[in-house]
Amino acid sequence: MSELRFHNLTLGYERHPAVHHLSGTVASGAMVAVVGPNGAGKSTLFRGVVGAIKPLAGSIERDGRDAHEIAYLPQVADIDRTFPINVYDMVAMGLWRSKGPLGGIAGTDRHGIEEAIAAVGLTGFEERSIGTLSGGQMQRMLFARLLIQDARIIVLDEPFTAIDQRTTADLMNLVQRWHSERRTVLAALHDINLVKANFPDTLLLAREPVAWGATVDVLTPENLNKARLMCEAFDDSAEACAIREVA
Amino acid sequence: MLSQFLFEPFGDTSVRHSLAAIVALAFSAGPIGVFLMLRRMSLVGDAMSHAILPGVAIGFLVAGLNVFAMTLGGLVAGLVIALLAGAVSRATTLQEDASLAVLLLLSLALGVVIVTLHGIDIEQLMTFLFGETAAKMNTDKLLVISGNATISLVALALIYRPLVLGCVDPGFLRSVSHSDGIAHLTFLALLVLNLINGFHALGTLLGVGIIIIPAGIARFWTRDISMMIVLAIGGALISGWAGILFAFHAGIPSGPAVTLIAGLLYIGSVLFGRVGGLVWRVFPGRHLEA
Repeated sequence: MSELRFHNLTLGYERHPAVHHLSGTVASGAMVAVVGPNGAGKSTLFRGVVGAIKPLAGSIERDGRDAHEIAYLPQVADIDRTFPINVYDMVAMGLWRSKGPLGGIAGTDRHGIEEAIAAVGLTGFEERSIGTLSGGQMQRMLFARLLIQDARIIVLDEPFTAIDQRTTADLMNLVQRWHSERRTVLAALHDINLVKANFPDTLLLAREPVAWGATVDVLTPENLNKARLMCEAFDDSAEACAIREVA
Repeated sequence: MLSQFLFEPFGDTSVRHSLAAIVALAFSAGPIGVFLMLRRMSLVGDAMSHAILPGVAIGFLVAGLNVFAMTLGGLVAGLVIALLAGAVSRATTLQEDASLAVLLLLSLALGVVIVTLHGIDIEQLMTFLFGETAAKMNTDKLLVISGNATISLVALALIYRPLVLGCVDPGFLRSVSHSDGIAHLTFLALLVLNLINGFHALGTLLGVGIIIIPAGIARFWTRDISMMIVLAIGGALISGWAGILFAFHAGIPSGPAVTLIAGLLYIGSVLFGRVGGLVWRVFPGRHLEA
């Protein structure tokens, strides 16, 4: 059973492809690392997966799911840290899919929120306003919100960048927990050792897919070199792509 | 003596109307101001207050100093400008504030032309610009203001959650729901409604003051949004009540009177506010052990 299916997918900006002709499937319950240099299209792919941008060509199938059902942690969350709101309320926002704009938050929900806050190690921080959190605490809080979202598919865009080892290890445990609960996880990562230690599958992306499959087969020195040679700049005088969409 | 100063003005029915209107205004405008501030739209609110002018002027042109006609006109003008600004910025690369600024200038110019061509005496003009002299208000205005305030409060309660979420983490709201656009548009409509209320109570130039200034006051006293809204309402109530007394005793229009009182509270908050007030910056106290 496949949770996500890419058909000859091209995503990009102003006609320039950032992800070029990607095809493949993410099986239900898979735990896939997306690896590649800066500018390889990892974030673009994720934004396409969650429906924030439309494909330039090709398509994404989400097994009949609405894109809003996917839990998504962007690389740089555009959170207004000066906003007067505390950790508890911020985590509670994860209930949006089930509560909507007007639904009440019941005792069991409160229990779940407290559990999620405890699971990320932020117990005692409930009343703290988000502006007082450190970078790592902020990321812990956002993971608590992901827990509350209770989504079948979880997309994490460089979740451990600028995060210390202890926090990374704690949060990686949560990702492992999602995996053991048969949720589908996609994560963009730069730490090759972390990927090798934790992620069964890897997609190596350098605008074009370089390799996709079992992590041991994908992260070979040859493949990584190939990915490194990718040209970062868009060519403003590029011709229209000759590869036609396959019907 | 003091009780005479405080209570005598409210023996007059029209002054009581003013007080009731200010109370209604405080409850609806306080939270709107807080969201304007948190969305960094305070100046947009200020500018929007001019956008309603041509509509009000057309209402005035058609029906004279009829509160209902001017309300309707202002509502239509404000909504059209808000929607146009939003539409232009979405359809083109122009930012919303830039497109809004252009439309507002056009709108204000149009309003002044209409008012001038129709002819208006100086007393009417003063009321138009700065609110009722000595805080005397008729029943129709009170009805319109309290009606608008009621609608505003109910609608704000309905969009409260997406509005908060859209302020603090707009990307997350978009990732879970389509409601950000609706919430934003509803908020703009409520802003227009409150601007019209402000216009009726305090005049077109200063009406926005009771929306924006109380939010600025509240920001200096709390880090919690619910408390901020409560304090903004409180600040608006005090400014409104004291401003009416000031306007009555000094025989001046209510707009500047209420705005100046709010200004005093604001200055006090900037100096002594528990959250980021100047005095606490200069004398922060000794640091804690942990």
